[in-house]
Amino acid sequence: MHQATQGHGNYLTEGGFWSWFTTLDHKRIGVMYLFTTLAFFIVGGLFAVLIRLELFRPGNLFSPDLYNQLFTFHGAIMIFMFIIPIIPAALGNFFLPLMIGAKDVAFPRLNLTSYYLFIGGAMLAVAALFSGGVDTGWTFYAPYSLRSQTAVILVTLGVFVMGFSSILTGLNFMVTIHKLRAPGMTFHRMPLFLWAIYATAIIQVLATPVIGITVLLIVMERVLQIGFFDPKLGGDPVLFQHFFWFYSHPAVYIMILPGMGIISEVVTVFSRKHIFGYVAIAYSSLAIAFISFLVWGHHMFVSGQSPLANLLFSVLTMMVAIPTAIKIFNWTATLYKGSIQLQTPMLYALSFLFLFTIGGLTGLFLATLSVDVHLHDTYFVVAHFHYVMMGGTVMGLLAGIHYWWPKMFGRMYPELSGKISCFLIFLGFNVTFLPQFYLGRLGMPRRYADYDASFTTWNMVSTIGSWFIFAGFLWMFAYLIWSLFRGEKAGDNPWGAKTLEWQTSSPPQVYNFEKIPEVKEGPYHYGVMKTE
Amino acid sequence: MLPQASSSAHSFEILFGVIFWFSLISFLAVSTAIVFFVIKFHRTRRDPFKTPFIHGHTVLETSVAVGLFVVVMIFFIWGWADYKKILNAPQDPLEINVIGKQWLWEMEYSNGRKLINEMVVPKDEPVKLLFSSADVIHSFFIPNFRLKQDVVPGLYTTLWFQASLLGEHPVLCAEYCGSAHSKMLATLKVVSKEDYDTWQKQWEKAKTQKVEEAQEDAASMAEQGKGLFTQKGCTACHTVTGQKLIGPPLNGIFGKEVELQDGSKHFRDENYIRESLMTPGAKMVKGFAPLMPTFQGTLSDSEVNAVIAYLKSLKE
Ligand code: HEC
Ligand SMILES: [Cu+2]
Ligand SMILES: [Cu+2]
Repeated sequence: MHQATQGHGNYLTEGGFWSWFTTLDHKRIGVMYLFTTLAFFIVGGLFAVLIRLELFRPGNLFSPDLYNQLFTFHGAIMIFMFIIPIIPAALGNFFLPLMIGAKDVAFPRLNLTSYYLFIGGAMLAVAALFSGGVDTGWTFYAPYSLRSQTAVILVTLGVFVMGFSSILTGLNFMVTIHKLRAPGMTFHRMPLFLWAIYATAIIQVLATPVIGITVLLIVMERVLQIGFFDPKLGGDPVLFQHFFWFYSHPAVYIMILPGMGIISEVVTVFSRKHIFGYVAIAYSSLAIAFISFLVWGHHMFVSGQSPLANLLFSVLTMMVAIPTAIKIFNWTATLYKGSIQLQTPMLYALSFLFLFTIGGLTGLFLATLSVDVHLHDTYFVVAHFHYVMMGGTVMGLLAGIHYWWPKMFGRMYPELSGKISCFLIFLGFNVTFLPQFYLGRLGMPRRYADYDASFTTWNMVSTIGSWFIFAGFLWMFAYLIWSLFRGEKAGDNPWGAKTLEWQTSSPPQVYNFEKIPEVKEGPYHYGVMKTE
Repeated sequence: MLPQASSSAHSFEILFGVIFWFSLISFLAVSTAIVFFVIKFHRTRRDPFKTPFIHGHTVLETSVAVGLFVVVMIFFIWGWADYKKILNAPQDPLEINVIGKQWLWEMEYSNGRKLINEMVVPKDEPVKLLFSSADVIHSFFIPNFRLKQDVVPGLYTTLWFQASLLGEHPVLCAEYCGSAHSKMLATLKVVSKEDYDTWQKQWEKAKTQKVEEAQEDAASMAEQGKGLFTQKGCTACHTVTGQKLIGPPLNGIFGKEVELQDGSKHFRDENYIRESLMTPGAKMVKGFAPLMPTFQGTLSDSEVNAVIAYLKSLKE
């Protein structure tokens, strides 16, 4: 294998420490995003551990007000500062140009601007944490959020600013994909990760302005007493929910689509098979992005919205199941007659398949009107979206981080440690969240600081599960940091993958490729070609 | 296991069970396939350079899509059918007003009886709850009935049920509403029809005795509404005898249609009356000028309920 690095510095070592802050290199910006969002993940995760501690048994460990702040920050941090940005802005930033054979994204300066906007918004939210906190839940439902005495304005402004970061990133990626593909890289030769990033970018650009406007209306109503949402001022609280979910439902797909993209890459590489149903997977991403704009009302079946709206939102929500199921079917079928290796990235990809399937299937219960009347706002919903977000997106993310770690940093993570922590997280995850389905069915509402003694057993089990997740992540962060310095040196293409990012050195040189590569075939041409 | 204390609980369990088994079987199918493939096609058994080149299989993919479409449509239609039963209350239910407040539930019976965090209803009789909120959004959740409804400020929402199991059923607030959200609990007692009647009669008897002492206090909702009707100056513009003044007469209007200025028809329900009081300009009655003042801030939620009860009690 030839070393492309010879005679060149790579992107990590070129320039001094300060050059990082003004860098326009998409790889560096990606790495900065990666470490920033992972830091927020740690904070949000610690809040989650505290939440589970409070719920270990009935009674109060913290005051209810503190508990309300904990779940608000857990949700807000995980959603706005971790799971929305991390895959597109960190891994997408790093790999999108590499995978299409480009030198950088279309607008490098805009890219850096996005990063600083993100930091700015995040700082506003962190400032709120230190100036009284927020207790509205990450959903900011009116009129509660209009009357709460906490630092709602700071957090909502933070969300507003971070929203711009997300919009600009999406825009940048769309233009990059349209304009900077290497010669021969047609849309249908693009890796599926990029299709997913592309579909995500569409949602980012179209939906994010709505949350921006919505939180701005909250700020205006609080500051200027203009009655948008508070009935006392002549406003309509249900309207807030429409606005909020008009963004936040599509946002669910901003969170999950990129994770799905990673699964397509990892599953093919580790089973050395062409992806089963490339076209179906690619277009189902777009289909999901499209439908995602039409289903927001499924969060509001008992909100007092009209029965006709309920009918339409229920039937449209059911439609989401179809493209999703096709993807699962196709990933599973890709394994068929492959040559499967079970390194850590693949273990996470398989975890994704198990957990996301459960997440998707439990969505059917919630889309069914009469069943949702009981399950809405109970722990069933909490379990469902953790199976989708953590069982789906986070497993996809971890697959991606391990898969691309050697490319990003030029060193391998330790394989055995990777497997151990994957096992701990998978186990802990199920122990934590499976019981919550049952609790929800028994009627335990969410966002409860205290609960009836009859719910104790399963809450205890759930809390114990959270300790396994915690241990798994602790171990992972330890070995990943260790590997940055001591990990075995990685070759350019340790997995023998076919996509372009593996054709340059590990870590890549500053301008990605010696020579812009020319693309002659699709990204998954493994095994025996029919044509040859 | 959670008790099934109403017909809606029963329907819920059946449909939940159907979706559950479908999901379990699908999950097992997917996971068995994965495990089987991983073992059968493991690298130790398969040459990585000799895997077949399979692009996909349109027929298979399409049949998965079509099959699933049929299944989810069944779930959807079934869910909608059950949901319609939850929506449509039968004729003449027992009506109870429920006001959600941070952090308690106030129940008001039509005879003026008020209970806090406690509700008593007769078994096997339809009961309709009429919700309003004094502050933020709450949600009235009765797990044993598998029912819940958000309680929204500025909007009336309703929920009906027919209890089939005697005893006490917990009620919880399911929409986050602040500090004591998890303590916003109530008990719903289901008693036999006879017990319910005696329970109300005893109270009414005790009340009539008290009425002699303090009439105002224990006035029934409709009586209280009648008082408000003069007190708040409605009589300046409205009669209850069929004569037109500045505004239309208000006897016998409840539950009937009204013709609006733009020619459309509107059904006069609780929300309509409430809107007439809070934003009179929103729906103008045909043939009248926009002269009615808003009572936003002058009539409390329970007073609005009283006025509505009064209007309901008036016949043509
Ligand atoms: C200054 C005169 C005025 C006063 C005082 C007034 N109203 Fe009205 N009201 C009107 C007029 C004029 C209309 C018809 C136009 C409209 O729909 O707003 C009306 C309409 C209504 C309607 C709708 C009638 C229908 O046919 O559907 C209701 C109900 C009502 N008023 C209740 C009340 C109550 C209760 C009060 C006292 C709390 C009150 N009004 C006080 C002038 C008044
Ligand atoms: Cu949604
Ligand atoms: Cu509440």
